[in-house]
Amino acid sequence: MIRFDNVSKTYPKQNRPALDNVSLEIEKGEFVFLVGSSGSGKSTFLRLCLREERPSTGAVHVLGKDLGKLSNWKVPHMRRQLGTVFQDFRLLPNKTVGQNVAFALEVIGKPKSAINKVVPEVLDLVGLGGKEERMPGELSGGEQQRVAIARAFVNRPMLLIADEPTGNLDPQNSVGIMKLLDRINRTGTTVLMATHDQAIVDQMRKRVIELDKGLLVRDQARGVYGYQS
Amino acid sequence: MRAQFVLSEIGVGLRRNLTMTIAVVVSVALSLALAGASLLVRDQVNSMKDYWYDKVEVSIYFCAKADHNSPQCAAGAATDDQIKQVKADLDKLTPLVQSSTFESPQEAYQHFKQSNPDNPLLAAVGADALPASWRVKLSDPTKYDVIQSAFAGKPGVKSVEDQRKILENLFGLLRGLQTAAFVIMALMLCVALLLIVNTVRVSAFSRRRETGIMRLVGASNFYVQMPFIAEAAFAALLGAGLASLLLVGGHFFIHGWLAKKVLFINFIGLSSVLAVIPLLVVVGMAMAGIAAFFTLRKYLKV
Repeated sequence: MIRFDNVSKTYPKQNRPALDNVSLEIEKGEFVFLVGSSGSGKSTFLRLCLREERPSTGAVHVLGKDLGKLSNWKVPHMRRQLGTVFQDFRLLPNKTVGQNVAFALEVIGKPKSAINKVVPEVLDLVGLGGKEERMPGELSGGEQQRVAIARAFVNRPMLLIADEPTGNLDPQNSVGIMKLLDRINRTGTTVLMATHDQAIVDQMRKRVIELDKGLLVRDQARGVYGYQS
Repeated sequence: MRAQFVLSEIGVGLRRNLTMTIAVVVSVALSLALAGASLLVRDQVNSMKDYWYDKVEVSIYFCAKADHNSPQCAAGAATDDQIKQVKADLDKLTPLVQSSTFESPQEAYQHFKQSNPDNPLLAAVGADALPASWRVKLSDPTKYDVIQSAFAGKPGVKSVEDQRKILENLFGLLRGLQTAAFVIMALMLCVALLLIVNTVRVSAFSRRRETGIMRLVGASNFYVQMPFIAEAAFAALLGAGLASLLLVGGHFFIHGWLAKKVLFINFIGLSSVLAVIPLLVVVGMAMAGIAAFFTLRKYLKV
């Protein structure tokens, strides 16, 4: 699903690489936490997966494609096959919940009939059934993140990438979001989630990848946030 | 339904940027109107050339009694023999010389009186003061030089004059106007282009959230950029429409008012004006679309 072969990434005008010779593989259907302090290279890792950046050296394979060799015009097509969720939700404030989810389908040219059918379904799935007409501003943070997840999942992607999806949420809402991501993972979708949330990582007991100053320092099945005795 | 979605996005974009849109529309309209005007002036000059060059003649003036001061006429007024000799020489040049008519001093005086009835000189000038002349019509009016070199300096000939010179002054004026319109148009076009670039940039910035999400969910580059390009092209279309109205308005002004005052010019018709309009629309929209496209390449990284 995701494979990094000796990947380094150095941004222009920076001496230290943001990612330093990282090699790892994430299999289909896995649930993986990406942890590490700020500046450890988590964001760079995710940006490489989304082909927002290209690696300086090494190769990044996502969904079977070598992203370094993927031409620019094929990138949109590649992004349609994965879902992305961010800490700041990234919803359009002037569109309703239903329109926000539908937007993802409209811009890739899905027919109206398909959109009308699939949007209520996915909103039901994330637990927002009946809130289609609400505006994002009227919803709680947890609910807004559910809308974002609905939008990311509406195309049934093989891979869901989440960048600190619980970063702006209280513990109770965070648990709700994690349950939702777990449920999505059980449908067979691979989930890669960057997080700072120790409690969640410790509780879920999934694979943990830790980065520190760009280096891969830990790759542990059923791990916890930090090393414990 | 995709078209409807796209059109609503364009509407939202244009309204959000209303002041900039108006600026773009007005500057595009002015530059296109000037472009159209300068094209039409060229048409006007061409049609006037066709019309007038048919009518212009070369005049070979003979020495009159009053001309004894000028060196060519030191021998006094031209004799009948000299006039006949010139006619004979003219007839030898037949393919070029289509026809020639003689104007006696008396006829010249009558013509002068008709065209300048209030001229105070009229009383002072007698019929003898005006020269006799051959009015020569050429098959090719540009070959005036042949006549000039053949007859200037011949005995009894005072001067050879080409009426085209008078017209050339008028055409020169019109060409000057055309050039001025062109220069102003070029400047206005720069203003319009910069405004379009800036409008698209502001528009792309104010909608970076939408475009960011579009990229996120895998909208194609074309789909992300198209609303911006369509917006610019639509604003240019409005500008071209306004420019067309200005030109048609100008046409009616000229035909309704100026044509009555200036009788000697045969103004070009509405069909010429209408023929220019599609060109303006195409040029305006293409210009705006291309400007938007290149702006987006810089400000809307995919």
